[in-house]
Amino acid sequence: MIPSISQSPFLRFSYATYVGIFFVYLIAPLIVVAAFAFNDSIFPSLPWEGFTFDWFFNDTEPKLGVFHDRSILKGISVSFFVAICVTLLSIAVGTSNAFLFERYDFRFKSFAYILMLLPLVIPGVILGISILVFSNTLANGIEDSLNWDLEFLRPGLVLVVLGQFSFITTIATLVISARLRKFDISLEEAAYNLGGSKFDVLRTITLPYLRPAMFGAGVVAFLMSFENFNTTLMLVGSDAPLTITMYDRLKEGSTPVLNAVSVFLMVGSAFLALISILFQKEK
Amino acid sequence: MDKDISRRLTLWLLLTPFILWMLLLVVIPHIDMFLLSIREKVGPRQYEMGLGNYAEFFGEPFYWNTLARTAIMSVLATVLTLIIGFPVSYYIAKIARSKQKKILFMLCLLPFWVSELVRTFGWMILLRETGIMSGVLQWIGFVDQPVEMLYNDITVVMGLIYTSMLFMIVPLVSTLDSLDDSYIEAGYDLGGNMVSVMREIVIPHAMPGIISGCIVVFMLTLGNYLTPILLGGKSSMWFTGQIYTQFITRFNWELGAAFGFLLLALSSLMVWGGLRLSGQTLASTVAKS
Amino acid sequence: MNFDLECKNIVKKFDSFTAVNDVSFSIPKGSFFSILGPSGCGKTTLLRMIAGFNNPDSGDIQIKGKSVLNVAPNKRPVNMVFQHLALFPMMNVAENIAYGLRRNGMVKSDIDVKVQEALERIGLPDAGSKRVDQLSGGQKQRIAIARCMVLNPDVLLLDEPLGALDLKLREHMKVELKQLQAQFDTTFVYITHDQSEALVMSDQIAVMNHGVFEQVGSPQELYYNPQTAFVAGFVGDSNRWHGRVVDLDATSVKVETESGLQMSALSVGSALKKGDDVDIFVRPESISISVGKDGNVSDENKLTGKLTNILFNGADSRCLIETETGEEISVNMPQTGDFNDLQRGTDVTVSWRQDVAKCFSHCADLDEEQ
Repeated sequence: MIPSISQSPFLRFSYATYVGIFFVYLIAPLIVVAAFAFNDSIFPSLPWEGFTFDWFFNDTEPKLGVFHDRSILKGISVSFFVAICVTLLSIAVGTSNAFLFERYDFRFKSFAYILMLLPLVIPGVILGISILVFSNTLANGIEDSLNWDLEFLRPGLVLVVLGQFSFITTIATLVISARLRKFDISLEEAAYNLGGSKFDVLRTITLPYLRPAMFGAGVVAFLMSFENFNTTLMLVGSDAPLTITMYDRLKEGSTPVLNAVSVFLMVGSAFLALISILFQKEK
Repeated sequence: MDKDISRRLTLWLLLTPFILWMLLLVVIPHIDMFLLSIREKVGPRQYEMGLGNYAEFFGEPFYWNTLARTAIMSVLATVLTLIIGFPVSYYIAKIARSKQKKILFMLCLLPFWVSELVRTFGWMILLRETGIMSGVLQWIGFVDQPVEMLYNDITVVMGLIYTSMLFMIVPLVSTLDSLDDSYIEAGYDLGGNMVSVMREIVIPHAMPGIISGCIVVFMLTLGNYLTPILLGGKSSMWFTGQIYTQFITRFNWELGAAFGFLLLALSSLMVWGGLRLSGQTLASTVAKS
Repeated sequence: MNFDLECKNIVKKFDSFTAVNDVSFSIPKGSFFSILGPSGCGKTTLLRMIAGFNNPDSGDIQIKGKSVLNVAPNKRPVNMVFQHLALFPMMNVAENIAYGLRRNGMVKSDIDVKVQEALERIGLPDAGSKRVDQLSGGQKQRIAIARCMVLNPDVLLLDEPLGALDLKLREHMKVELKQLQAQFDTTFVYITHDQSEALVMSDQIAVMNHGVFEQVGSPQELYYNPQTAFVAGFVGDSNRWHGRVVDLDATSVKVETESGLQMSALSVGSALKKGDDVDIFVRPESISISVGKDGNVSDENKLTGKLTNILFNGADSRCLIETETGEEISVNMPQTGDFNDLQRGTDVTVSWRQDVAKCFSHCADLDEEQ
C-alpha cells in the first residue's frame, strides 16, 4: 500500500513487475524507432543488417539519408516556419488574455473564460474542418462580391498557422495566467512608487516576472505545433509540414529514413525539454 | 476620471485580440459549419435548407455504425486506460521515493514529447507481419510463420491506450500525491485492509483526478485520427476517417460538416455528462490536464 | 513651523464604509511619526492615500506645503517600504536600489556611485551582487529602505515592515530603524498595530481607531496621559474595570464596578455624569503590593486577595492576584528582592492612589480583547 505498511514480498514483487512491464510498453516503440534508424537495410524491420549512418548522411538512392532528402528537408523547414509563427502569436495573445482574465473585470467574464477553454475540448479534426469551411465561405463570398481571389483563405500555411493557433493559444493563456495569478501586486506598486511610469513597470517588473511562463508556454506551443497532425491535415495546401510529409510516406511504405527523421525529432524534443528544465531551474 | 478612461481603453485593447481569436477561429467557424451541415444540394449550384445530411447519416447503417463503433471503442479504451494507468499512478505517487518518483514521472511524460506519428510508427514496426514481435514469436518457436498483428481492433485499442496514457496518469498522480499517507495509515490502524482502504479512502479521494482523466482521454480518443487509421488500416472504420473521406476524397462538404457536428455533439455530451456526474467544472478539469 | 507632510480633513469612503473620517495632522521635518491602530482602523488606507495609490474623497494632502492630490504616485516626493518589502525578485540587490534612479534617467556611472554609497550607509557594502533571496530578513529590510532613500524622498512611508520578522529580529530592527531615521534625517511615517514598535521608535504617535485619530502625542504623553479609553487600553498594559459612576466632583469620580467594588479615580476626557458607563484603567506598575490581609496603606484604593500565579520574566515579572470578589489583577513584581520567595496562595493586599487610576467613558472596542 505505502512503504510504511508491510506487504507480502510476493505482492510487492508482482506490483513492481507490473510497473516495470508498463514502462517497457511505454518506451518500446520509441526505442524500436530509434534503433532501426541505424539498420543497414532498406526496410525498418528485422533482420539486423548492421550499423550504419546512411539513413542520415548518404546522398544516393535507394538509401537516401535525411539530410539529402529534399521533401523531408522541406517538411522540416515548413514545420519550423509554422511552429515559429504559432509560438509567437500564441504567446502574444496568451499574455494579453492572461492580463485580461487576471486583472480586469467585465461583463460576461466567466462566460468568456469558458469560451476560452473550449478549443481544448473540441476534437482537432473538427477545429480544422470548421476553419476550412469558414475560410472557404469567406473566400467565395469575397470572390463573388468583389471579384478578389484571396489566396491565403484557401488551404495553405496561413490556415495551418491559424488552425493550430486557435487551440494552442488556450494552453498559452492557461500557463501564463497561472504565473500572473501568483504575482504580488505590491511589486508593481513599489516600482510605480519609485518613479516608474505604467509602461516602465510593465517592461521592467511584470513582464520579466512572466518571462519563465512565457518561455515555458513557448516551448509547449512550439512542440504542439511541430507535432500537430489532426488540425493540420484538414487545412494543409501544397506546402506540407513534416508530420504530413511523414504520414504520406508512411502510407506509401516506410523506409528507415522515417526512423532517422524520428530520431531527429526525438533529439529535438529532448533538447527543448532540457533547456526548458534548465531555464526553470535558473529562475 | 482620467484613470477610469485609460483603464477602459486598456481593457478594450486586451479584449480585441481575445474577441478576434474567439469569433474568427472558434465561434463563427462552428456556426458556419453547422449552417453548411443543414444545406442540401438540390441541383448544380442550387441549395436548400434542410436536415437531409443528418437524414442520410441515420439512413445509412454504415455511417451510424461507424459512429457507434467509434464511441464504444473510445469508452473501452478510456476504461482500460484507467485500469492500466491507476496502479502505475499509485506506484509513482505513493510507493516510489522522491528521486525515483521524479524519474518515473518524467518517463511517463517522455512519449508525449515525441510526435504521435513517431509513436504510432514505432508500433507499426513492432507489430507488422515482418515486425519485431512476429520475429520474436517465431524465434522462440511460439509460431512457425510470420503473424500480422496490425489491422485489428485489439491493436487499435492498444494504440489508443498508449497515446492517451499520459492524460490519465498526470491528473491521477497529482490527486494521489495530495492524499496524505497518514489517511492510509489511519485506515489500517482502524482495522481496514488493502481492499477496504482502497475502496473507501484512496479511490474517493482520487475521484476528481479519475473523472478529469477519463473525460480528457475519451475526448482525445474519439477525435483521434492517426492511431486508428495507421494501426487499423482500411477496415478501421473510425469516424474521423469518415469525416476526412467526405471532405477531402468525396468533396461532399455538406455531409462532412454534418458528421463533424455529430462528432462534436457526442464529444460535448460526454464531457458535459462527465462533469455533471462528478460535479466539477470545465475550468477545474482542463486546468488539471 | 515647517511641515514635511500635512493632511487636512481627509475623508475616504469605500461604498458605505468610511475608512478614514476627517483626519487632519501635520508632521514636522525630520521626525518619526507613527500611526498606531488595530487592523481595519484605516491606517493602511491613509498611508496609501499619501503614497497616491488611493485618492481621498475630500480633504487635502500637502508635502512641503504643496498639494500632491493631482500628482501621480510615480511623481510624488514620497516613497514607500511595503509590508512584504516588495523587493524585485528578478533583480539583484544593486539593481533593486538603482531602480528608481534608472527611472529618473540618471547616468549609469552616477547610479553606481549612489548605490554603493547607499549600501555602505546601511552597512552592507558587499551585498550589491547578491540575489534578493540570499538575504536575511533584516538585510532585506535595510535594502528596501535604501532603495527608497537613494531617491531622497521628502517623506518615507513604512507599512508595517517588521510584521513578517520573528520576535527577536523585530526587537533588533526597532532600534535599527530608529537609528536609520536619525542618520538619513528624513521624515518617516510608520504604520503599525504593535504598540511597542510605535512607543520605541516614534517622536510622535497617532492612535487611530474607526477611521479617526483618537489622540496624537509623544509616546510618553500617550502612555502617561491617555485621553480616551481606547488609547489607555491599546497603549501599554493595564488592569481594566468596567462600571458606573456613583459620585463625582471636579476631578475625581467614584465608580462601582460590575462586581460591586467601589473605586475612586481621576476623570479624564469628556465630562462624566452620575450613572455613566465608564472604564477605569490602572497600570500594573502603579499598584503596590504587600503581604498579608491588612496591609496598612494610605492609598485611596485597596483590595485584598490571594496570589494565584507568578509570571517570572526578570525585570518584567508580574504577579497575578485574585481578589475576594473574584477579579484578576496583574501587578508588577517589586524589584526589591523582598518578594522573591512569594508562594502561590499567599494572602496579599494591593493598593493604588486615586491619581494613577484613570476613568473614561466606556469604549466597547476593548471588550472583545479581554
